[in-house]
Amino acid sequence: MTAKKLGLKQRYAHMTRGLDWETTYQPMDKVFPYDTFEGIKIRDWSQWEDPFRLTMDAYWKFQAEKERKLYAVLDAFAQNNGQTNLSDGRYVNVVKLFLTGISPEEYQAHRGFAFAGRHLRGVGPRVAAQMQSLDELRHVQTQIHTISHYNKYFDGIGEFPHMHDRVWYLSVPKSFFDDARTAGPFEYMIAIGFAFEYLLTNLLFVPFMSGAAYNGDMSTVTFGFSAQSDESRHMTLGIEVIKFLLEQHPDNLPIVQKWVDKWFWRGHRMLGLVAMMMDYMLPKKVMSWKEAWDIYFTEAGGSLFQDLARYGLKVPKYADVATAEAEHISHQNWAVFYQYTHAAAFHTWMPDKEHLDWLSEKYPNTFDKYYRPRWEMWAQMEKDGKRFYNMALPQLCNTCQIPMAYTEPGDPTTIAFRESRFNGDTYHFCSDGCKDIFDGEPEKFAQSWLPVHQIFQGACGGPTVPDVLNWYRLNNGADNLDYVGSPDEKLWNQWMAGAVKAAG
Amino acid sequence: MAQIASLTLYHNDEARPIIDAIIADNPGIRVMNIPGAVKLDCDGSLTVNRSSVEARLGRSWEPQELQLVLISMAGNLDEDDDHFTLSWRH
Amino acid sequence: MTVQIKTLDYEPKRHTFGHIARRFGDKPASRYQEATLDVQATANFHYKPLYEPEFWQYDQNKTAVKMADWYKPLDPRQYYYATYNIARANMNQAVERSFAFVEERGLLDKLAAAARANLQRGLLPLRHLHWGANMNMTEICQRGYGTAVTAPCIFSSGDHLGMAQIVSRIGLALDGQTGASLDAAKAVWMTDPAWQGVRKLIEDTFVERDWFQLYVAQTLAVNGVIFDLAYKLSDAAWADGATTVAMLTEFMSDWRAEESRWSDSVIKTVAAESPDNKALTSRWAKHWIDRAVEAAKPLSAALLGDNGAAAEAAGEATRARAATLGLTL
Repeated sequence: MTAKKLGLKQRYAHMTRGLDWETTYQPMDKVFPYDTFEGIKIRDWSQWEDPFRLTMDAYWKFQAEKERKLYAVLDAFAQNNGQTNLSDGRYVNVVKLFLTGISPEEYQAHRGFAFAGRHLRGVGPRVAAQMQSLDELRHVQTQIHTISHYNKYFDGIGEFPHMHDRVWYLSVPKSFFDDARTAGPFEYMIAIGFAFEYLLTNLLFVPFMSGAAYNGDMSTVTFGFSAQSDESRHMTLGIEVIKFLLEQHPDNLPIVQKWVDKWFWRGHRMLGLVAMMMDYMLPKKVMSWKEAWDIYFTEAGGSLFQDLARYGLKVPKYADVATAEAEHISHQNWAVFYQYTHAAAFHTWMPDKEHLDWLSEKYPNTFDKYYRPRWEMWAQMEKDGKRFYNMALPQLCNTCQIPMAYTEPGDPTTIAFRESRFNGDTYHFCSDGCKDIFDGEPEKFAQSWLPVHQIFQGACGGPTVPDVLNWYRLNNGADNLDYVGSPDEKLWNQWMAGAVKAAG
Repeated sequence: MAQIASLTLYHNDEARPIIDAIIADNPGIRVMNIPGAVKLDCDGSLTVNRSSVEARLGRSWEPQELQLVLISMAGNLDEDDDHFTLSWRH
Repeated sequence: MTVQIKTLDYEPKRHTFGHIARRFGDKPASRYQEATLDVQATANFHYKPLYEPEFWQYDQNKTAVKMADWYKPLDPRQYYYATYNIARANMNQAVERSFAFVEERGLLDKLAAAARANLQRGLLPLRHLHWGANMNMTEICQRGYGTAVTAPCIFSSGDHLGMAQIVSRIGLALDGQTGASLDAAKAVWMTDPAWQGVRKLIEDTFVERDWFQLYVAQTLAVNGVIFDLAYKLSDAAWADGATTVAMLTEFMSDWRAEESRWSDSVIKTVAAESPDNKALTSRWAKHWIDRAVEAAKPLSAALLGDNGAAAEAAGEATRARAATLGLTL
């Protein structure tokens, strides 16, 4: 008998779908205790479509090949002191923000997908979630290995896990993922699998990593694009999840819509950090945040939501507000970090003339009118020896945890404030989006560990800025403050002077 | 608004035959070069054909190998032994 | 002008991350160490889980054993993602060669009916047990504490899924790629009395809430008694197919030898931490090994006609193994 070769789909069905069974010695609801409380109704798990049909043998083969290539680049980068080929020493600050703010969330995603990979009742999504859990572990570990080399020379990197649990602005991504991790498995899949991976992750990885390549950081672009190749599998999982839930039962629609609205807005707020990295922190620029938003949200998201309209799912609430904010958000965030540079573990600077002109060109509607004059004033103050620091602790939004610095929709000269009452307390928000999220789950968001509140409550090492920095393990005078005058700058200038001498 | 099916691939030697195959097989495709990567956009749908890639590579190639050079994509995926298709059609 | 090659000064300011340096001093650290140690968040969590508000998502109280430092039970294999995947890709090349060899020569087609029947009844249902093991290792990964223990658990779940798929391929090779043998194996798993003890055992582990107890139950008892019975002590059941089966399940033998170095070492380290830990892990080990032996007896009786002797032998070997880990059963 000659065996006929099975097609990919058939083979995959044999290799996965048949593995699980209805338990009888223990009730299924006890084996899967978490997949009902969210109110999602699944009629038939077997309707799940596996988009990427990877068996473990193929997974190991492809991933091993990717890893061999990646680590060859990392080794070469270290051996050749690739850090000296960067466009400018300022660039490294992007890497710092990445390792402290993003890599720990890759780890959270790893554990979260293990949760989904155990506790969703269907075998198809479970296998896909397990592979994603493995991938996310890959991402955090390759990022640590890549950035480990930078840590040997640059400040602000070496305490990334400690800082991630404590530093005020890192509470933004941490609370985002804590929120997803503490939700049920379906909300987690919509939050991370759909809203984050499908809608927003391209904004993080594609233009940003392309920026790393453009700025001479071959190691980061290699892990970035290599991670993104896993992300394509994750995106198909995300889109499959949402279609599956919407197809299974009409009662799922309002629940899913609420999650899509929530996680779109949360993701938009968190990615404001990336907006700032792209517009302000990359010495050589690939595209503006606004351009990236147009390509990866307006265009790609538009196609997607047109597709999902047949299920009755609408474009996320406040998508229009987010798109309008794309002309402001990077500038407003950079202004926050510039003012609070003494409390951040990366360096800041005022853009030079060429950079200002680029921003004017990329943001014709907003930059010259609202932001350029402020930057020019602050630059002048620096020159006059009166560099502006904001020494008052900011009020934080109770949902996204970002300082309340965003402006009213349609009025970029007025700071937006929203508030809600819950159990006799008043909670403050930066936007309607963040207020809606709180109002939807006040019991959850009343628990937020707000860094500024914690400092005032004496939970962060003491009452003064040096006390708090010490508690952060933030090396005052090295990790923080302006790039100009920093040990990073000094080292970079030494390398460049040495390189010139060597060449001469 | 047209729904755009899209693939972003590494811009390197390994991906080039695949990029060439996609450009040949998808009339009306739009190509955007960014450092390190190339984004390929088509209205409605975009297909990678095994046979076209094999003709350019000179060896056998499985659509699953696309993962080794893939950076991002948009559209609903349909993959089998002979093709890898992204589309917004149903 | 004389040509002078100037060596730039690239002396590192520091050799590793602060949390690694506090453990070992500031010297170059291994990739395993940097990828593993202190990677999981430990403090200042924002919200209690909606599904389990009595704990934080990372919480040392999800098991009764206590460790001063959950980064003490390390992986002797020093696996991080890349080294894990490369190791498995290499192991899998051998699997591909074995399947090609067996298929080219039609070795499974030539088997006597008795051997085929025993493979159908005794080997193929293991795909479900691997799937159950996969669920448990995934659960420990999500519920456990500290990357040192939890990261290798997701590797182990990948391994069990991979092994379930190797067993499935044996089935497809036996049935001419129709899948009929897999459907039949599932019926055996669900209803054949020989398997019901094993199925009850694994279903009972699914509802175990203490993640380290689950770790002991899975890696010591289920792997030690049931999988070793199936892959090490059942050659007689495969009759003239024993060599072929050994070839096709070589991955399982290699995996078992390799993973147990890690899983044994974790149990040994945790038990050695305190008398309380030792008492708890010993009690758990005794309970689950005893149960696994009882569950395995009808299986070994059915396959080997030994009245459960092979199951007892696997149990004795596992008890001896537990003793070497410092447990008192």
